[in-house]
Amino acid sequence: MSQALTFERVLIQQKGAPLISLDARIDPGAVLTLMGPSGSGKSTLLAFATGTLDQSFSASGRILLGQHDITKKPAQERRIGMMFQDDLLFPHLSVVGNLAFGLSPRIKGRAARRSAVEAALAEAGLAGFADRDPATLSGGQRARVALMRVLLAEPLAVALDEPFSKLDSALRAQIREFVLSHTRSRGLPVVLVTHDPADADAAGGEVVVLGTPSEVPMPVGDLRRRG
Amino acid sequence: MKPFVSPLSLVPRITMALLAFPVLAGLAGTVIPGLGWMPALGGTRFDLAPWAALVSTPGIWRSAGLSLATGLGATAISLGAVILIVASWHGTRAFRLIRHTISPILSVPHAAAAFGLAFLIAPSGWIMRALSPWVTGSDRPPDWLLPGDPWGLSLVAGLVAKEIPFLLLMTLAALPQADADRSLRVAAMLGYGRVSAWTKCVLPRIYGQIRLPVYAVLAYSLANVETAIILGPSTPPTLAVQLTTWMRDPDLAVWLMASAGATLQVLIVFLGLGIWTTGERLARRVGYAWILHGGRLPNDAVLRAAGGLLALFASVPVLLGIAGLATWSFAGFWAFPEILPDRFTLQNWQRAAPGLFSLSATTLTIAFLSVALALVLVLGCLENGTRRRQRAGRWALLLLYLPLIVPQIAFLFGLQILGLRIGLDGSLFAVVLAHLIFVLPYIYLSLADPWASLDPRLGVAAATLGASENRIFWRLRLPMMLAPILTAAAVGFAVSIALYLPTLLIGAGRVPTLTTEAVALAAGGDRRLIGVYGLLQAALPFIGFALALLLPPLVWRNRRRMRIAA
Repeated sequence: MSQALTFERVLIQQKGAPLISLDARIDPGAVLTLMGPSGSGKSTLLAFATGTLDQSFSASGRILLGQHDITKKPAQERRIGMMFQDDLLFPHLSVVGNLAFGLSPRIKGRAARRSAVEAALAEAGLAGFADRDPATLSGGQRARVALMRVLLAEPLAVALDEPFSKLDSALRAQIREFVLSHTRSRGLPVVLVTHDPADADAAGGEVVVLGTPSEVPMPVGDLRRRG
Repeated sequence: MKPFVSPLSLVPRITMALLAFPVLAGLAGTVIPGLGWMPALGGTRFDLAPWAALVSTPGIWRSAGLSLATGLGATAISLGAVILIVASWHGTRAFRLIRHTISPILSVPHAAAAFGLAFLIAPSGWIMRALSPWVTGSDRPPDWLLPGDPWGLSLVAGLVAKEIPFLLLMTLAALPQADADRSLRVAAMLGYGRVSAWTKCVLPRIYGQIRLPVYAVLAYSLANVETAIILGPSTPPTLAVQLTTWMRDPDLAVWLMASAGATLQVLIVFLGLGIWTTGERLARRVGYAWILHGGRLPNDAVLRAAGGLLALFASVPVLLGIAGLATWSFAGFWAFPEILPDRFTLQNWQRAAPGLFSLSATTLTIAFLSVALALVLVLGCLENGTRRRQRAGRWALLLLYLPLIVPQIAFLFGLQILGLRIGLDGSLFAVVLAHLIFVLPYIYLSLADPWASLDPRLGVAAATLGASENRIFWRLRLPMMLAPILTAAAVGFAVSIALYLPTLLIGAGRVPTLTTEAVALAAGGDRRLIGVYGLLQAALPFIGFALALLLPPLVWRNRRRMRIAA
């Protein structure tokens, strides 16, 4: 049951000064791409969406998943998965440990959990990597494990904070396609923050270009591109 | 707003209370009896009789002067040596060697280091043995009063030997924030020698960060007991040593006088800190003038050689001293001026063994309990700070240093009286709580930086995966902090094992540990027994540090990034 992710008149302020505002609806399986210079508040917006906004910011507006207002919910209960610039795999856990950490607690029983993790690894083309140290994986492999960790938590929407920017260009397109095909096939709404126009092209959804922080950009909804 | 207060958010307050209450209540309990007010023992009227008795004690001003001079001297020498060592060698390959030889000394308890040094410099010690008879022309030890010279020089040497490693570590911890390497490169291009570049560009920026540790060192030097008992003069001794004797006197009048004396000790520490901060201001003015003057000292080879020599002096004597303890502990007959005993024997250890077992058990029990309590509290404070996205404020940091700056003897005495009143004195539990006051600040200080350097995005990633705060703590932060936690535990363990006065006073002499018994041996002069006790006292903290270093690589042998992090 896929649901849309809605930013309803969201305005984030830093010490009283407006930083970023957004009013947008992302349908299931669609991607909203946010582009703009560093400091324009793109990542801050994702932090607000995921419920991890720093206390030095204040925000108004609502975040809706389908009809549910999740604005006040803690990050743990929002079910918005997130990928970062770095894979952020937990360095003290094996690949299996990382995936099992993400795997939804609704799947119970040792054997069921192990097979869910194995299935995810196979889906990522990493069968047999279960007990490896994440540090011994290549950058592309780590990115795929990181996505699987997000998906195993059964998110209802996904936030991507420049997750491809540190990969080299050959790998970049490949991982991007891997991530977006998975979110599409699961019908997940995606917010993608990026500097790279190629990311926006590939995502094929609405693109919002943000200005410098002082300009208080309003969403530019008509910059649509067909993918 | 949440309807209830989470237990975690109470931990910082409990921790602050556990630090502040004993120190402040103990201080009050020390100062007030000195004014004659002691209702429990019939003193219900303020009078200055204890003070009158104190100032008319022969030699009391010499004791006070000795405390002040040795304390200020030891701190100034230690800080100067650390500055010269770091200024002349930091960033070179030799510096790693210096660091690796000096760091282990940090784990050696004051008492063991002092005994080792005493064995080295005594008339019949290794130095004189090495020089006799070919230099001294005699095969009998000279009749020198060493250690325990009336000027307190051996005492200063003992303090300096232990303070240099501590200040060196604190300086190195402050360096990364000063952007030292780039500043030094700029200064070098402008023609500055290494020592003047470091002193002019880096020192002013890091001194603010090492100031509190320096004050702690100064306060400790002004009021330390066990080093002064072992290496200091005896007629008269330093004030703190004199007070320790009085405090264990059964005579009430002597006791009240001790209480007045402890107040005097507080005043001496204040005076010492006042003199030091005046010196700081003077040094700042002179240093600023020197910077404006533009002197570059491009040829500082002599200074750098001196820095190297100081580094040797900071490490070799203590390490030789420990070797001396070991040799005496296994020594059979050992005549002067032979360098080694005629034969080695296990007899000394066998003779001490029955007592050693129960003493070690008590020592280890106190250390384990106080370290465990401190770890729970410190981790609670840090985790609470992370969840609320707060870091410890300036006041919290000052509070951490309170037990390290207020002289131990001044608040422990009052605390002991308080313990008597509530029936806690002389119990193992009371001693554990007293140790906690000193163990906790060190554990906090060694854990706070590694904790703060954890990537906060790992917690965010886990939270968006649906992990609760508790799960993030137990499954992520705690295991990832394994190595720093073990190091902090080893530091706390070493602090607890070395504590003399808190064990003696709060234990009321009924909780003997390796340290209290070792220091008690100082008067007797049985070198073989001192060797046994001193060596064991030095070995226990060393084992703790060794485990803290060896375990993490073993646990993380299949986790590459954890090994790099540690």
